[in-house]
Formats: sequence, structure tokens, C-alpha cells
Amino acid sequence: MTETTRPVLDIRNLRVEYPLANGDTLVAVKDIDLTIRPGEIHALVGESGAGKTTVGNALMGLLQAPGKIAAGSIVIAGKEINLRTGRTEGIVPGRDVGAIFQDPMTSLNPLFTVESQLCEGMLTHLKLSSREAKARALELMKAVGIPEPERRLGSYPHQLSGGQRQRVVIATALACNPQLIVADEPTTALDVSVQAQILKLIRDLADQRGVGVLLVTHNMGVVAEIADRVTIMQNGAVVESGPTREVLTAPKAPYARTLIAAVPPIDTRLDRLPVPSEETQVTLDARATVRRKSAKSETGSRDEVVLSVRDLAVEYGGRGLLRKTLVFKAVKGVSFDVRRGEIFGLVGESGCGKTTVANTIAGLVTQSAGSIDFEGTALGGRREKSIRQSLQMVFQDPYSALNPRLRINAAIAEPILFYKLASNADEARQDAKTLLEAVGLPADAGARFAHAFSGGQRQRIAIARALGPRPSLLICDEPTSALDVSVQAQLLNLLKDLRDLAGLSMLFISHDLAVIRQMCDRVAVMKAGEIVELADTETLFTAPKHEYTRELLRLAPSVERIMGRELASA
Amino acid sequence: MIRLLSVRLLQAILVMVAVTAIAFVMFRFVGDPVASMVREGATQAEKDAVRVALGLDKPVLAQFVKFVGQVLTGDLGTSYRYQQPVTTLLLSRLPATLELVIVATVLALSLGIPLGVLCALKPHAFFSRLTQSATLVGISMPTFVTGLLLILVFAVNLRWLPSSGRGDLVDIGFWQTGFLSLSGLKSLILPSITLALFQLTLIMRLVRSEMIDVLSSDYIRFAFARGLPRTYIYGRLALRNALMPVVTVTGLQIGQLIAFAIVTETVFQWPGMGLLFTNAVGYPDVPVLAAYLLFVGFLFVMINMIVDILYTFIDPRLRTR
Repeated sequence: MTETTRPVLDIRNLRVEYPLANGDTLVAVKDIDLTIRPGEIHALVGESGAGKTTVGNALMGLLQAPGKIAAGSIVIAGKEINLRTGRTEGIVPGRDVGAIFQDPMTSLNPLFTVESQLCEGMLTHLKLSSREAKARALELMKAVGIPEPERRLGSYPHQLSGGQRQRVVIATALACNPQLIVADEPTTALDVSVQAQILKLIRDLADQRGVGVLLVTHNMGVVAEIADRVTIMQNGAVVESGPTREVLTAPKAPYARTLIAAVPPIDTRLDRLPVPSEETQVTLDARATVRRKSAKSETGSRDEVVLSVRDLAVEYGGRGLLRKTLVFKAVKGVSFDVRRGEIFGLVGESGCGKTTVANTIAGLVTQSAGSIDFEGTALGGRREKSIRQSLQMVFQDPYSALNPRLRINAAIAEPILFYKLASNADEARQDAKTLLEAVGLPADAGARFAHAFSGGQRQRIAIARALGPRPSLLICDEPTSALDVSVQAQLLNLLKDLRDLAGLSMLFISHDLAVIRQMCDRVAVMKAGEIVELADTETLFTAPKHEYTRELLRLAPSVERIMGRELASA
Repeated sequence: MIRLLSVRLLQAILVMVAVTAIAFVMFRFVGDPVASMVREGATQAEKDAVRVALGLDKPVLAQFVKFVGQVLTGDLGTSYRYQQPVTTLLLSRLPATLELVIVATVLALSLGIPLGVLCALKPHAFFSRLTQSATLVGISMPTFVTGLLLILVFAVNLRWLPSSGRGDLVDIGFWQTGFLSLSGLKSLILPSITLALFQLTLIMRLVRSEMIDVLSSDYIRFAFARGLPRTYIYGRLALRNALMPVVTVTGLQIGQLIAFAIVTETVFQWPGMGLLFTNAVGYPDVPVLAAYLLFVGFLFVMINMIVDILYTFIDPRLRTR
């Protein structure tokens, strides 16, 4: 066997177990096989709890304490790893396996310079002198494409942008010349344009240096973009494995098929995303009740403007007793209308001001200029109770959006009672139960606390809570970006159903163009606090006018576009 | 950086003006100073003469400006009780308190930080549990009880260490130090342990909880994923992050100790500022109390400034602002 064809990683029958407190064992990884050749990018895909991160952690030597490797073998670059102790004995992390983490904002130590963090590993593993290490650090900085590498070596992490930080992280991963790199969701925390650059960098490094990459991700678009092979995991076991194109275009296993189908496509609009529906008769009945109760919001005609935003500007800072702090203009003169029953999308990269717009409309931030007109009332800092009732919000992170000490019933009944929509607590509890059923949760869910639910279920609860006060406008700020694709698909379907149900208008904020395309009737693209393009969704996606919109569309990783292109050229 | 410093300086001056105003008001609240200065049965003319001589006939604002001027030149008035300038009194007592506090703080830091780190790294080890419960006793026992117990064991029963006073002092210019004589050093041991115990517990628990937080952070996991030596990760990468709040707390604690080491100083008859203050409250010696107020205000303002400056040295994120 020659040096070039010898796999950099060969996993056979790997089994990782976590002993539980009650004496049982949780099998996190069930007898998986995985081989990576030099220069190959192998994607490990699955939803949360599938065990993909556990595989990555086992290789990086980061397996959490009670967890242990129970069986199997791992060979890294021809070196057999001793697994008898339940850990990867003999692997030197950093030297044998490089690591790339998810969030570059937190994976670098804020108190040390880039140079110090780059050199540490080389000083430890390669026994370089500090001069040699510095020279090599400079080389690495150039290799990962950081501008002004000499100056940047002396910088602290906070002085670099997210993309640059991730490049530094990649440079540290390469520092000791490992033949295998484990990249755990390396672009999930990044904007699409930065994501595209980082993915290209990883692809180039694999091609040029012959490094094998294990890419742990949940994003099928990313997989389509750079992976050579893909392995799909479910509940710790491999359900399908093969060349990327084969798996993504013609998945064989039923789970693989559902998973891929649940990914919202960016170039076609589907009526509903193809996921198993959870609509039982109970759900339908509950929705009918909700519709009857919220009848007041159906009075207006469909074309009536519910929310009208004109020249909205929001500034942060600028105040201060003794000195003027820097003024940051988060939103610079934004205008748009939301009509009754419409889902209006705001899309843009992080920092473009889309969340600030949402918060201003919701009354969490006060505008510095411009007007917000909601159902004929001008909104300022202080608001009528009826206005606050008609504007409800669903937040991004369902884990922190629910009070952990309130039972679900109480959490949902609270706003209903506050706005006096029920005459007594019993009636409010009944309403809460109906709402829970309407969002597809069992009626007994109300007796439990938030921690008993998964992320998707919690988001359903958050939606039920928002619907309680019978709003006419629902503001959804990235409602599905913390969730798995199949859960996301179900929630998107749910939100669409609810809109149709009660003539609810929605302001839907997302960074994900595919989600926007599936959900919205009209879209505004934001960049640096301004709307650069506003159009009907179909027009925007088929004939984008602004350069920035075209750029976003071009860079968004998308399974069917990449695969379609490859199939066409084949 | 310079901007940050100048802003902090301006804030410090504002605080000091406010404190000075309060100290000034104190004189006016605690009765008429003229009445206590003239002889009994003095005529109104005599009283007026004293009033004019003291400048008390002038408007309040003018009096305040004069007071500020005196404070700035270091003139804090004359003690009613000791009939000495208050400045001299304070300065003669300051070395005793400062030496005690410095030794106590060094003790608390040099034990508290390593113990805190150990307890964070091995939270379930016997040693960690023992330390945790022992320091819990330390934090819940009143200072005077600790002090008296220590005196009972080491001074009365074992006769190893003196129970009160500062021992032999060596004069170096304006400063009388106990560091340079054996009896001076021996005298420091018991009171500084008494004073350090509470601080030690506080620092240990703070370091422990901060360290536990930092150890679960991504950058520490990333450091492990790079295969760096454990001692390096704990002792340098993690500890530096964990020490940030310790700087603030230690700073404030030092201020607290200098200003209010009263109990310990009373138990050990330590001739420091706390003792001066308690005596002044009993008398009531208003100039001393006012001067004390000014001194404590000044101390905390200074410590806060020093802590802010230290922060910019430790945390690069604050430098560029």
C-alpha cells in the first residue's frame, strides 16, 4: 500500500457508550465504519443527538468523562490507536488530529495574541524554538489567507472579524501538520459570504496539502458544496454512506430520503415541505376553535396595510454623561409595508439591522427617527395595552425564551389573563390547552416544565404563547435557525397553517434564503442598515435586481443547485 | 486609553467633591463649633469675634471653598480630643493599618488562588471538600471570635506569639515599620491571619466558580483539542481569564480592610486607624471623623481607578476602546 492511498482515518465498528445513573448504558455511537483518504472531505451528517459530534470528539480526545469507547478500532495515518482504556490512548490531539470548532467568536482565548495561540501547539508538539515557531506561524497565516499577516500575529482575537478568526482557528489546526482534521460545524456561526470563503479554504487545503477532513455538519448545502463523501447518521448508527452526489441525489435509506427532503429548496417554492404531518383530528379541532376566537382579526380585507414602516432609523450609543460614545447607526431609513395575512420577510447577514427592525416594531428598542404605523396608530416608546396585545413575538432560541420555573400551562395562560381574554383562570387554562393542541402538542404537555421538551417542541410552545393574546401581527425572529432540518420543516409548515387559519400577518426574519423563499410572500433584503431590494419573493429569487441580492443567492450553499449543475454537466 | 484614564480621573474628582461636601456638612450638623471653643459665659461680642476669626460669618459656599482649599493643602483641622493636627494623627496611624492589610492580602491571595484552582479542578476530591467546608467555617465565624481563639491558643496557652501591639518598630523617615524587627514580625502574624481569613474564603470561592466557568468554555476545549499540556492550560490559559473578577474584589477588599479593620485592631490592640476611628466616634471628635470620611472616600476612588487601569492591562479588549 503506498503512502498516497493509505487512509488518514480508518474507523471500524466504533462503539461509544455513556453509562447512565440508573445502571443502563446509552449507546451514543453504534458500531460505525468510516474511512477517509488523504485530501478527501468526508461529511458526517445527522440531526442533533445522532452521534456525529461524539465521533468527532472521540477523535479529538474530547470525549466527556463517563463516555467511553466500548469497542472497535481506529487507525489514524497508519497508526493503530489503543482503545483498551476507553479513550484514544496515544493520539496526541493537535499533532495527529487538528481541530476546527464551530464558533470562532468563542474558540480563541480573548486574553492572548493570535501569535501566542498559534505557536503554543508547535512549541509543545514539534519542539520548535520560538523563532522557528513564529516563522511558521507567519507562513500559516499566509496559507489561510489573512491580510497583513505580520501585523495580525500581534492582534488579539477581538480585533479580527469572525471570518478571520475562523482562518486563525484553521491555521492552528494545521500548525503541527496533522494528516486528519476534524471540523465540527466550521461555518454554522458564519454569514453566507464568509461561509463560502471558509469552505473554499478548507477545500483548497485538503486538495493542496492532502489533509483528510472529517466535516461534522447538519447543513446539506455545505455537504453538497465541498464534501467528497458523506455518511448520514441517525440515533448513533450509520444509515447511509457513499459519494456525496449519489447520496444526495438518490438516497436509498428511508431516513436519508426524509432528511434530504426536509431541506428547504432555494430555487423552488413548495406549498408545504414534505415531512410527515402531525395533524390529527384533535389538532384540527383545536385550530377551528382558535380561528373562531380570533375572528376579530379577519375583519379587514386582505390588501389592507397592517404595518407601515417609514424611514425608520435606529441608533445605538451617543449618550453618556461625561463623554459622547460612538454612535452606531443600526438601521438607516428603512420603509416597508406588511399587509393583512401576508408573510413579509427580512433577510440579510448578521449585523445588517434586521433584528433591530423587529425589536423596534415590537417596542423593545425605540427608534431615533421615522415612523411605525400599526393598524392606524403611530407607535412610539410608550404603547397602549391593545397595541402590545396585537403585536406578539417568537424568538430565535427556544431554550432561553421560556421561563424554566413556569409550567407550560401557566406560561401560555399568563398573557391571556393579562389581556383579560379569559374571564377566569380556568377558562385561560382551557385556552392554553386548545393552543397547545393547535400547535400539535399533546394536551397533557401543559402540566410539565420547559426542560421536558425538545427544541422544536419548545418553539411550538413559544408560538402557542404568542398566539394566546390573539395578535394580528406575529414577529418571528429566526424562529427555526436553532433547530434541526426536519423539525424546521414541521415548524415552517405550522407557521404557514396558522397564517392561513387566522389571517395572521407575519414579519419573518431569517438569514436563510431557502427558508425565506418557502415562507414569505414578499421580501426585503437588508445590508448595513438599509433595504437594498424589496420585491415579491418569486421575483426576487428568479430575477434579483440588486448586486448584493445576486451575491447572496450565488453564495448560499444549496443541494439541488450544486447537484443539478453537476448532473447537467455530466 | 488616555481618554479612558482622563474620564476616570474626572469621575474620581466628582466623587471626591461630593464626599468633601458631606464631610463639610458634618461640621455644621454636630452643633455650633463656636460654643465648644469659647469659655463658659462668654459675651455675644466674644462669640462673634471667634466666629469672624474662624470665618464662620461668611456665606456657606465661601466656607466650603475655604474648606476644600484647606483639604487640598493637607490641613484637615485639629482633633478636639488629642489637640493635634488630624493629618499628623492619621499619618502616624496609617503605617500600622497598611502593614497589617498588606500582609493579610498577600496571605489571602497566595493561599486563596491556588486553593480555588484546586477545588475547581477536582471538585469531588476529599481535599476539595475539606477546604470548602473549612473555609465555610472561616467565613461564618465573626472576626473577633477567630481573633480571640487565636490569642487563646498561640498567645495564652502556647506563648509563641504576642497577643497585642505592634512589637518593636523601626523608624524609616515618616514611616514606622514592624517588618524590620523579629518582635514586629511576630506581632503581625495573629492579627493578619484573623484579617485574612474572610478574604481568603472569598477569593477561594470566587476563583473556584470563575475557574469552573472558564473550564467549560470553548477556548479551553479548543486548547485541549490542540493537545497542550494540562498544567499550561489550567495555570495560564484558564487562570488568567478566571482572575479578572478577582482583581475587582481584591481591590475593594483592600479598601474595606484599610477602612474597617476596626474589629481586628480592637481585639489585638493594634494602634491603627480603626482604633483611632472608634475612639473618635465615642468622643465625638468631629474633625477626625470628617477626615476619616475623606480618607476612606479617597481610598476607594483610588482603588477603583487602579483596578480599572489593571483591567486594561489584563484584558486587551478594553484597550482599543
